[in-house]
Amino acid sequence: MPRNPLLRFTPQGIYCKQADIYIDPWKPVRRAIITHGHADHARRGNGAYLAHRFTCEILRVRLGPADYVSFEYGDSVLINGVRFSFYPAGHLLGSAQIRVEYKGEVWVVTGDYKVENDGLCEPWEPLQCHTLITECTFGLPVYHWKAQDEVRGEMTEWISRNREAGKNSILLGYSLGKAQRILHMLSHETDPIYCHGAVENMNEVHRRCGLILPPTLRVSDEKAKKKPENAIVVAPPSAIGTPWLNRFRPYATAMASGWMTLRGARRRRAADKGLVLSDHVDWPGLHEVMSLCKPEQVICTHGYTEIFADYLRSRGMNAHAEKTFFDAENDEE
Amino acid sequence: MKRFAKLFQQLDETNKTNLKVAAMADYFREAPPEDRVWAIALMSSRRPPRPVKTPLLRQWASEAATIPLWLFEESYHVVGDLAETIALLTGDSSDEEHASDEQTLSEWMQLILRLRKMPEEEQHETLLEAWSVLGYRENFVFNKLLTGSFRVGVSRKLMTRALAQAFDLEENALAHRIMGKWDPTGITFDELIFEHDHRDKASQPYPFYLAYSVEDRSEPITQEDPNDWHAEWKWDGIRGQLVKRNGELFVWSRGEELVTDKYPEFEAFAPAIPDGTVLDGEIMAWQEDMPLNFHALQQRIGRKTLSRKILEEVPVVFMAYDLIEWKSEDLRSNSLESRRKKLEELNEKIQSPNLLLSPSIPFEAWEDLELLISEARARACEGFMLKHVRSEYEVGRKKGNWWKWKSDPFTIDAVLTFAMRGHGRRANLYTDYTFGLWHDGELVTFAKAYSGLTDKEFNQVDRFVKRNTIERFGPVRQVTPQLVFELAFEGIALSKRHKSGVAVRFPRIIRWRHDKKPEDANTLDDLIALIPKNVE
Repeated sequence: MPRNPLLRFTPQGIYCKQADIYIDPWKPVRRAIITHGHADHARRGNGAYLAHRFTCEILRVRLGPADYVSFEYGDSVLINGVRFSFYPAGHLLGSAQIRVEYKGEVWVVTGDYKVENDGLCEPWEPLQCHTLITECTFGLPVYHWKAQDEVRGEMTEWISRNREAGKNSILLGYSLGKAQRILHMLSHETDPIYCHGAVENMNEVHRRCGLILPPTLRVSDEKAKKKPENAIVVAPPSAIGTPWLNRFRPYATAMASGWMTLRGARRRRAADKGLVLSDHVDWPGLHEVMSLCKPEQVICTHGYTEIFADYLRSRGMNAHAEKTFFDAENDEE
Repeated sequence: MKRFAKLFQQLDETNKTNLKVAAMADYFREAPPEDRVWAIALMSSRRPPRPVKTPLLRQWASEAATIPLWLFEESYHVVGDLAETIALLTGDSSDEEHASDEQTLSEWMQLILRLRKMPEEEQHETLLEAWSVLGYRENFVFNKLLTGSFRVGVSRKLMTRALAQAFDLEENALAHRIMGKWDPTGITFDELIFEHDHRDKASQPYPFYLAYSVEDRSEPITQEDPNDWHAEWKWDGIRGQLVKRNGELFVWSRGEELVTDKYPEFEAFAPAIPDGTVLDGEIMAWQEDMPLNFHALQQRIGRKTLSRKILEEVPVVFMAYDLIEWKSEDLRSNSLESRRKKLEELNEKIQSPNLLLSPSIPFEAWEDLELLISEARARACEGFMLKHVRSEYEVGRKKGNWWKWKSDPFTIDAVLTFAMRGHGRRANLYTDYTFGLWHDGELVTFAKAYSGLTDKEFNQVDRFVKRNTIERFGPVRQVTPQLVFELAFEGIALSKRHKSGVAVRFPRIIRWRHDKKPEDANTLDDLIALIPKNVE
């Protein structure tokens, strides 16, 4: 590696010395470029947040007032000779890859991303680069996602089985991103879908940004109105095993996550059903990325970094793993 | 096979007994008769032997997946299940339409039986073909059957209940009918279930009656009248039944394995037992009025052929404690008292050093037993068995009339030194631990343990392992010696095969000692001091 890489991994996060700016820092810094609104990438306490317009909307709700500088996809900013531009990452609303260019050298930080088009957020765009910093949360050949239609089929079949048994269907997914993707898959539903407060807050942001979701109802604690029957409920995974769920009895639960690929993970979760639905790139996706982006160097972060880097090296590529502090949240897909 | 794979998934997705039974009953009603026979066989541990060597499976699967073998191995360590790893890597992730959809379970089972006899090259071709046509769920079940690790997570009792429901049969009679020796390729469903006289019934054992643990010394049993209860030592051997019919002796283990050949000692007294007799008891390694430690028996079981040396070093007895058939009459609904009386008379007549009667322990008050349990260890017993004197011989694990009361385990505080990812529901989580005790300023490995923590604690330790790895040895991570756990174990003996020089039985974690620093953990000398003097 050259002595002065354009981006380096520091205790604060991914740092560009030439521009004195961080990307997704895990400790507070003066200026931060943020790839997307999930808590492990966008932390509290930074001086300025440079992010996609939709990500800024999310951060306003999640973090409150701060100095937000918003960008559209394709926009860029020049800082001390370094050009930073925002491109869609396909992970969730407002998620961006950061393209960093200095004196003809191009680096791309993917943030979290997926290759398939989920029909909800702006789809991922391949960017050719010299160095690619890619996440590999699911960088193992056992992870290859089913077609989305098949997952949707499983979901709706499960819901109708619950209805036959007189049960409410609780779908569990991260309140930002996964929850809206589940709602999008249920667009054909006519009755409003019950949403946990944390989910509904994010639904509102989506609607403000012009996205269309099926009708939803906020489950508010005070008003225990008419008892829901044969209803669909979307809630974050943390709701499982809490009294919050009691009002929906009798119910069945399904967890939507890429981790549900493995039987062990499905059984470990207290959920009745596992739906394999991920907003991250899978193994075949990573291969597609390598062939489209043609990087000369790959830096693997987040997930099975060492295995994936070993694999790339075994295929003659220049690759290595870097430790990030996103790793602790590995499970919160 | 699609239907069977679907059943497997349904059973996997619920832990509610009535849903499991309903799913199985539906399956039995709908499946073709030849598939029913196989389903019964598979759900009662009658799996065909593994047809292909595991290293070959791994090699061929990585080939089918077009990945290097090392990456297959890495994937396996994350998935924690060989069959699942192969299914994830070789086939389609989809469960929708596949070329194999029309093939029945019994057709696939026939293929697995044929595989065993094929030359390696043909096995290779057959498997690559199978993996490419099967849908994900079926591929997984197929591999489970190939690797010999097929388990459905339902007891035989539940399977029997479902079968009884599906065909309106009496459950206990059915349980007895499907016991013993039968081969799914040589019997039809009607023969197995409805025409049971058709079969050679001579060897057939009875379903074992199993006891529940007394979890707490304040359990209601201590409120009962001690006169109504019969106490015996709880022997640490292998549960078994001796069946003598038509002049022939059959020895069954609790796993319903016919193990007659493994215990030639019993042939010595077999002629003295009248036909139409079934004894329940414990197979034990025994010398000079004392049980040998369980290690010895395990060594003997492990042998394919019994050398004269092992027969001399590890002699075996049958410790009888119940008589469930006498003069060809099923005694199970008689009281324990009356069965025991007949058993004592029989034992009196036989007088063989290889057939012992499990002695009753006289006691007047529950406190007598409380005092006596401290002796269990020195007698190489695990504690007591408590049986109601009027109890029938029931089927399976039933609460109420038979209890096991185990003596307190040994405990010691040890330091976590190495960790590996777990299997099954703990796949992809560091839950398999190695523990060390201090000796000359170093931690000496003395035990591995896999259970005893809550899911939350496992998650915490998993995070600790990921952040405190000193070195990796393949899938094993060496961690900073920092966490202290209290371990419990049942048996302890000196051993030349273990690095620490000590072997312990059933080690498990009791609690995480947050209050202890690694230097507060016990030493190897503390462990050695626990070895009961009169056993070694």
